[in-house]
Amino acid sequence: MSAHTIVNLPDQRTATMPKRNYINNEDGILSWLFTGDHKRIAMLYLVSITFFFFIGGAFAGLIRLELLTPQPDLMASDTYNKFFSMHGIVMIFLFLVPSVPAVLGNFLIPIMLGAKDLAFPKINLLSWYLYWIGGLFTLTALVLGGVDTGWTFTTPLSTHYLNTHVVTAAVGIFIIGFSSIFTGLNFIVTIHRMRAPGMTWFRMPLFIWANYAASILMVLGTPVLAISLVLVALERTIGIGVFDPTKGGDPLLFQHLFWFYSHPAVYIMILPGMGVISEVISTFSRKRVFGYTAVAFSSVAIALFGFFVWEHHMFIMGVSNYSALVFSLLTMLVAVPSAIKIFNWAFTLQKGSITFETPMLYAFGFIGLFTVGGLTGVFLGALGMDIHLTETYFIVAHFHFVMVGGMLMAFLAGIHFWWPKMTGRMYSESISKLAAIVTFIGFNMTFLPQFILGYLGMPRRYHAYPPEFQVLNVLSTAGATILGVGYMLPLLYLGWSLKYGAIAGDNPWQATGLEWQIQSPPLTENFTEIPVVDHDAYDYEWLEHKTAQEVTTVG
Amino acid sequence: MDNVSVATQPHTHEEHHHVSLPQHRHHFETEEQQREAGTFGMWLFLLTEIMFFGGLFFAYLLYRNWYHDAFVAASNQLSIPLGAANTAVLISSGFFMALGVWAAEVRKKGLLVLFLVITTVLGFIFLGVKYVEYHEKWEKHHIPGAHFDISEFVNPQAYGLKEQPLAPDMAAKTQIFFSLYFAMTGMHALHMIIGIGLLVWLTWRSYRGEFSAGYVAPIEYFGLYWHFVDIVWIFLFPLLYLINRHPGQ
Repeated sequence: MSAHTIVNLPDQRTATMPKRNYINNEDGILSWLFTGDHKRIAMLYLVSITFFFFIGGAFAGLIRLELLTPQPDLMASDTYNKFFSMHGIVMIFLFLVPSVPAVLGNFLIPIMLGAKDLAFPKINLLSWYLYWIGGLFTLTALVLGGVDTGWTFTTPLSTHYLNTHVVTAAVGIFIIGFSSIFTGLNFIVTIHRMRAPGMTWFRMPLFIWANYAASILMVLGTPVLAISLVLVALERTIGIGVFDPTKGGDPLLFQHLFWFYSHPAVYIMILPGMGVISEVISTFSRKRVFGYTAVAFSSVAIALFGFFVWEHHMFIMGVSNYSALVFSLLTMLVAVPSAIKIFNWAFTLQKGSITFETPMLYAFGFIGLFTVGGLTGVFLGALGMDIHLTETYFIVAHFHFVMVGGMLMAFLAGIHFWWPKMTGRMYSESISKLAAIVTFIGFNMTFLPQFILGYLGMPRRYHAYPPEFQVLNVLSTAGATILGVGYMLPLLYLGWSLKYGAIAGDNPWQATGLEWQIQSPPLTENFTEIPVVDHDAYDYEWLEHKTAQEVTTVG
Repeated sequence: MDNVSVATQPHTHEEHHHVSLPQHRHHFETEEQQREAGTFGMWLFLLTEIMFFGGLFFAYLLYRNWYHDAFVAASNQLSIPLGAANTAVLISSGFFMALGVWAAEVRKKGLLVLFLVITTVLGFIFLGVKYVEYHEKWEKHHIPGAHFDISEFVNPQAYGLKEQPLAPDMAAKTQIFFSLYFAMTGMHALHMIIGIGLLVWLTWRSYRGEFSAGYVAPIEYFGLYWHFVDIVWIFLFPLLYLINRHPGQ
């Protein structure tokens, strides 16, 4: 540790593994499959989403491999269509949407609130099973021959012109949607009703606020996706004509309904990640998050604005110019609460005692990449720019900066930050820092060239391209390889740490959150006695005074 | 626990002046909290249902504006007496459901079972009437799809109807009306079927006396769901059957 930190990290050599914790409380596979414990369900989710992440990642690898050369040499065009569709469906619905909420949120929200569990443990477990049933439907669609609609299921392509397993995949997503609704519902009820005595709304960690905002989006948005997929499935199976122009239906209506969910879904994916970043930045700068209230409300504001911007996905689809104008303005307004967050994190860092542990490196990665992703979003929100850039690689680069550079970085930051709490073990600090840096380099190499490609006019979703684009595509594919290594590394060393990692102790980062005041890994019931909270979140000044009075730290 | 500011307070379970219910789950501090959480969760679930039906209502709004004449002509095909009868049936079933919640609260097992059975029977009657209506559409080829027939709207006089004839392209849009009619009432009926399934299960549990000893939460939550399904119908009935049936009069 640097000698300049205000707070000395505790000596982990003396830490011991608690005899009884949620992991060894019960034995056997059934005790996991029928558990009601939010921490165990979080671990089930962690294993599941990691599985699907690497499936989605394999598709990404194949896509990049095909794009290594201008000619279509690795796969046929419709195979390519199936691969990018599957990449999108798996990554969005089976990885990004549940990633931080279902894993970290599930694990931490009850503990951060001082509760013993989420409000509805059985529904929590049900949501995991629904996730898997939906996931199996998606895998079935894949094994039977795939889907090639793209993850957007655009009509009339998905209803009339394709002979692939659209209905199977739609059913899968419908079911996963329920899983997501139940997670969000559980969070909202828990946050409203299960807070410990003294845990007022403005004493809650910002991670909770972010998940609360995302839960609102899950609860209000997902049903609309459900109904639009139901209508697509009905149109394919029995031929009702709500989206069919030959019967007087309007394919654009599908787009409106779909994006009414799928734009807020972007915020479902990013908001919990922002919550993670607030926790990490505050902990490793040893400061209260600057402008706590503003950051808290900016989450809610993003959720609110998020519902009124969906039409920016449709600017080139013949919507009214006047409504496009309004939606363009609203889209740019979303940048305001996002910027509030970025600036407040920056001010949190200012004059903090910053240390560069692995979670912090990922968090820095997030701030930089999310800022680029967010600002290019403003480009795309501008009507004139959007007409030039939409459906090009600029879009692809933009949302990968937000989703992968933003959310995935945040997810990894969170996993590294709370790994000692979840497992009771530390991972190797040097190799994990290496992984964070490799990921950052690989990411930029993959997606920065795509901004240029898109600006030059390379369209997305094609498996061949003019030879003059090859240099940038080779760069991108090379970057994807590095990125792949960056993602494999945590799998290896985190897995390794489960058995061989150093014992973490209760509070390895010397953080203030309630979750750090209990043993790691926690007891099944979290708290032996329900805590009474009498201080604000991130009260590092208190921690500083406490260490100042400790005689043992002298000399 | 090295953080001294996280003070603790002892469990207060012992201080409660009533016997704890066996259904009280350990992670809730009090039964009050459990009950509030359950009700709140149910209301949130109903909110998602509103959004679910909202997509359909939005589609209805859009197409009604676009294809007004077709929607008017097609809605004249629906039977007001049957729809009104069904509305009455559904409202009464809601009434008996409310009585059921009351019976559970005052711990009258016999009455509770009786009211739940009446609710179930009324639910079946609703679905039966709906079947009659659907069957009529089937016979008249008004089910969207390959067999859809617009001749009744192009040439109403031949069918003994006093409608204005529609141009064939507008008449074709009646298919959109029937698509929405079947999607909306079908989704509603699906909710009824799920509800009846739950009712049968709850009736069996009530019969075993599970809800006549102070624990009424499942009956209460189901009541909310059942009333919600009623309310969806209260919106569907005027939109599909009643409004603006006779243009120009």
